[in-house]
Amino acid sequence: MNLPILSIIMFSPVVGALIILALPEDRHTDIKATAAVASFISCLGSIYAFFAYDHTLGGIQFEEQMRWIPGLGVSYHVGVDGISLPLVLLTGIIIFSGVLVSWVRDHRPREFFAMLLLLVTGVFGTFVALDLFLLFVCYELAVLPMYLLIGIWGTTRKEYAAMKLTLYLLVGSSLALAGVLVASVASGLGTFDLLELAKVNFGPAFQAAIFLPIFIGFDVLGGLWPLHTWSPDGHVAAPTAVSMLHAGVLMKMGAYAALRVGVFLFPDGARQWLPWIIILTAVNVVYGATVAFAQRDIKYVIGYSSVSHMGYVTMGVATLSQIGLAGATMQMFSHGIMTGIFFAAVGLVYRRTHTRQIPELGGLVRKLPFVAVAFIIAGLSSMGMPGFSGFVAEFQVLMGVWHTYPIIAVISLVGVVVTAAYILRFTYMIFFGPLKEEFQDIPPTSTLEKVALMFMCAFIVGFGVLPQPMLAVIQTGVSELLAAIR
Amino acid sequence: MLGDTTQNLALILWQLSPELILLLTGLIILLVDAIRPHQADQGWSPYAALAGLVVALVACITLLGQPPATVLAVLTLDGLALVAKILALVSVGMVALFSGPYMQEHSRHQGAFYALLIFATLAITLVAGASNLVLIFLAVDFLSITSYILTGYLREDRRSSEAAIKYFLYGAALSAMMLYGMSLLFGLTGATDLHAIAAQLGAGTTEHVTVLLAMLFVMAGLGFKVAAVPFHQWAPDAYEGAPTPVTAFLSLGPKVAGFAVLARFLLFALPQFQVDWTTLLLSLSAMTMTGGNLIAIWQKNIKRLLAYSSIAQAGYLMIGLVAVSGGGLASLLFYLAVYLFANLGAFAVVLAMSRGELGEQIEDYAGLSQRSPGLALAMLLFLLSLAGIPPLAGFVGKVNLFVAAVNEGLIWLVVVGVLNSVISLYYYLQVVRQIYLLPPTSEEPVSIPRPITTTLLIATAGVLVLGIYPSLLLPLIETAVQAFFGG
Repeated sequence: MNLPILSIIMFSPVVGALIILALPEDRHTDIKATAAVASFISCLGSIYAFFAYDHTLGGIQFEEQMRWIPGLGVSYHVGVDGISLPLVLLTGIIIFSGVLVSWVRDHRPREFFAMLLLLVTGVFGTFVALDLFLLFVCYELAVLPMYLLIGIWGTTRKEYAAMKLTLYLLVGSSLALAGVLVASVASGLGTFDLLELAKVNFGPAFQAAIFLPIFIGFDVLGGLWPLHTWSPDGHVAAPTAVSMLHAGVLMKMGAYAALRVGVFLFPDGARQWLPWIIILTAVNVVYGATVAFAQRDIKYVIGYSSVSHMGYVTMGVATLSQIGLAGATMQMFSHGIMTGIFFAAVGLVYRRTHTRQIPELGGLVRKLPFVAVAFIIAGLSSMGMPGFSGFVAEFQVLMGVWHTYPIIAVISLVGVVVTAAYILRFTYMIFFGPLKEEFQDIPPTSTLEKVALMFMCAFIVGFGVLPQPMLAVIQTGVSELLAAIR
Repeated sequence: MLGDTTQNLALILWQLSPELILLLTGLIILLVDAIRPHQADQGWSPYAALAGLVVALVACITLLGQPPATVLAVLTLDGLALVAKILALVSVGMVALFSGPYMQEHSRHQGAFYALLIFATLAITLVAGASNLVLIFLAVDFLSITSYILTGYLREDRRSSEAAIKYFLYGAALSAMMLYGMSLLFGLTGATDLHAIAAQLGAGTTEHVTVLLAMLFVMAGLGFKVAAVPFHQWAPDAYEGAPTPVTAFLSLGPKVAGFAVLARFLLFALPQFQVDWTTLLLSLSAMTMTGGNLIAIWQKNIKRLLAYSSIAQAGYLMIGLVAVSGGGLASLLFYLAVYLFANLGAFAVVLAMSRGELGEQIEDYAGLSQRSPGLALAMLLFLLSLAGIPPLAGFVGKVNLFVAAVNEGLIWLVVVGVLNSVISLYYYLQVVRQIYLLPPTSEEPVSIPRPITTTLLIATAGVLVLGIYPSLLLPLIETAVQAFFGG
């Protein structure tokens, strides 16, 4: 049975969005149910694809190709390999959990869920695209709805954050677009197909010139320091599900595109610039962690924590080694889930306490034990504690960096220590200690919220204790990529 | 012999049919309007105009498959001319469609208005095909004069009259400049036909600098028509003061005409001077994009914002002009089509919102998404298409232009182009912000007259379909202009 599984995964949300737009404004339950079904289909599809992928065979699987714009050399070409497949799975998990966590949202839900689903189609598309035009369409499709999602349903300084985020990300992607156009024309093949372009041997000078705008352009979304400033404001301002998606998945989109387009197509350029870029990633890790430590708003903590953890991703990529890249991919998956849990937890707390200021919280474990446990699990993963997927990821990245740039590894360890410090500190301050008077009567976690949290935690713990299924897939993808760029 | 003449006559009539149909339509509308009593209902006139436009459009389509031909020695009938004519006819058709309610509310002389609109379209079709200096000048001036009258059509409205005067004064000066340039060219080459001029110039002219000067003057005149920087200063005032349907017309018609004739100049008359033109056009393009976009940021009036947006869009179109010899022509025409739907769609929304004095300030759009979600969504799509965001048509249009530019090695122009798209997104999002993020000042939905709804549907379909499946139009345009490049 040759189901176009990737197209199903990709288009289910947009079909859901169109149905939702056709529903009357006041049919809240129908709207949310449609969103849940659409995201569930994608989620199920991505889980199926993940376990159906034959990692012994490797390569691109579930490939589909269709003519689209022959005049430009563009085709609808999708497929997954060992690197993009975990990210597809990640997206499926996060969008489904995100929809569940957003169930109580009653302000203009029709537009909210429509925008959310539209955004997620773009995200799925970016991960599975094997045609650069398609990749760009999906990439920008995932950026624009953010403006409305943050601007309408957001909180702190939402308009400022929304505009900053949108413009910043679009400048990055526009530069990458310019680079891609030049590369496509320079190849002389008249195509935008990723696999075709990968076979072209661009000259080293050309590669060096073109790698930088493409890699940096995409990695703006990956939160590369110092182009990360859109991120904390954006995460804080965004509504919960949007933060989950954004920090959890969209930032991975940036790092992934930087890898897939920048490194894969222009490896000589990569080899020239990455030794410098890795310094920036070390700053990401340490700076992000340190600033996170100093925050009072829990969402800012997680926002900066994301900047810090995304540093590991680009760091692993910059090592251009098997273990480093494997760690980077694992980190993309692991951090994605982890940050999804964090934002979900914070959202649930905020909904009940109406404050995100850490000094004002405390003792919530008595009222929200579920949320506390989820938060702790995510926290342990964030610290790199063995038994959780974060350990598998960070350990590999650091091993990879140690072999190539030992100084960077040592610097990053500072980040690890600071991370442990703020995670422990804030977990204690929010969930333990005395419970404030006004929080005595907050409602407990609802069933849907529990399901969402449990779902995400299962993957963090599952792949932490049994990383092999995930690692097998990732190793295949990484070794193929490295072989291709030799 | 007689049979030959008759056959020739028939052929010429067919080749000139769009122009003749338009002429006839305009005259009939004028006549009927003159005959009917003054107070009679004038609601028929937009539909009469539309009918004429549709018939002319059909005539153009029948001419599409024909090999290039010269008609009456002054007109060329080729892919460029026909595509430009079709674009012009579709644009004015949409304008005629959505302008009815507005003109009914603001003016008592609708018949003459539509006659003028048809005559302006006739001018555009003549410009699109003109390959002789004299005809180019006549047709461009014909377009200009009808445009001035249309701009000042609301005689009781001071802004309309002021806009018309400014447009006229500016246009007259630049028209004279253009004529001077043309006379220089004639003086140097002894020819008014573009091909003959090319032959003379190709034979090795001594007066290189004079030719450059002559072409600069001509380009000034044409740049004025398309509102390129630095010949754009008339545009914001004219756009703001003119009746909104006229603004919509001005944002499309003269651009189609101007770019068609500019392309023809570059391709017919000056092939060997192309190297010089690249730098000049490049700078003009970059200036126009950047200038238009930067000033648009400060605008509070939606018509002025769309004016500056149109100026910037002319800049993008010029990218196609710079790369005209290598695929740039097709991308220019495709972008015109894309721009047509998005821009006219936006104006249709402005018209729907215009009730009395309201609807011209951007803040009047506050909360539109909650008052009329459909209208808001349409505007969102149009603005995003203008900004070049996928999956809308504007993105494909821009990628097309950029690929053509990269093909000619104009990488920095592409960088300027993409960055400008981001700048433009900022001010388009200001409108989106009003529509979606801010609360409405009034709760009642916007009542949209039927003709405007039809236009909105056409425009929305245009930006979505051309964005997701551009192969519907792109190959057609490419085939049509292939004749220019040796098949």
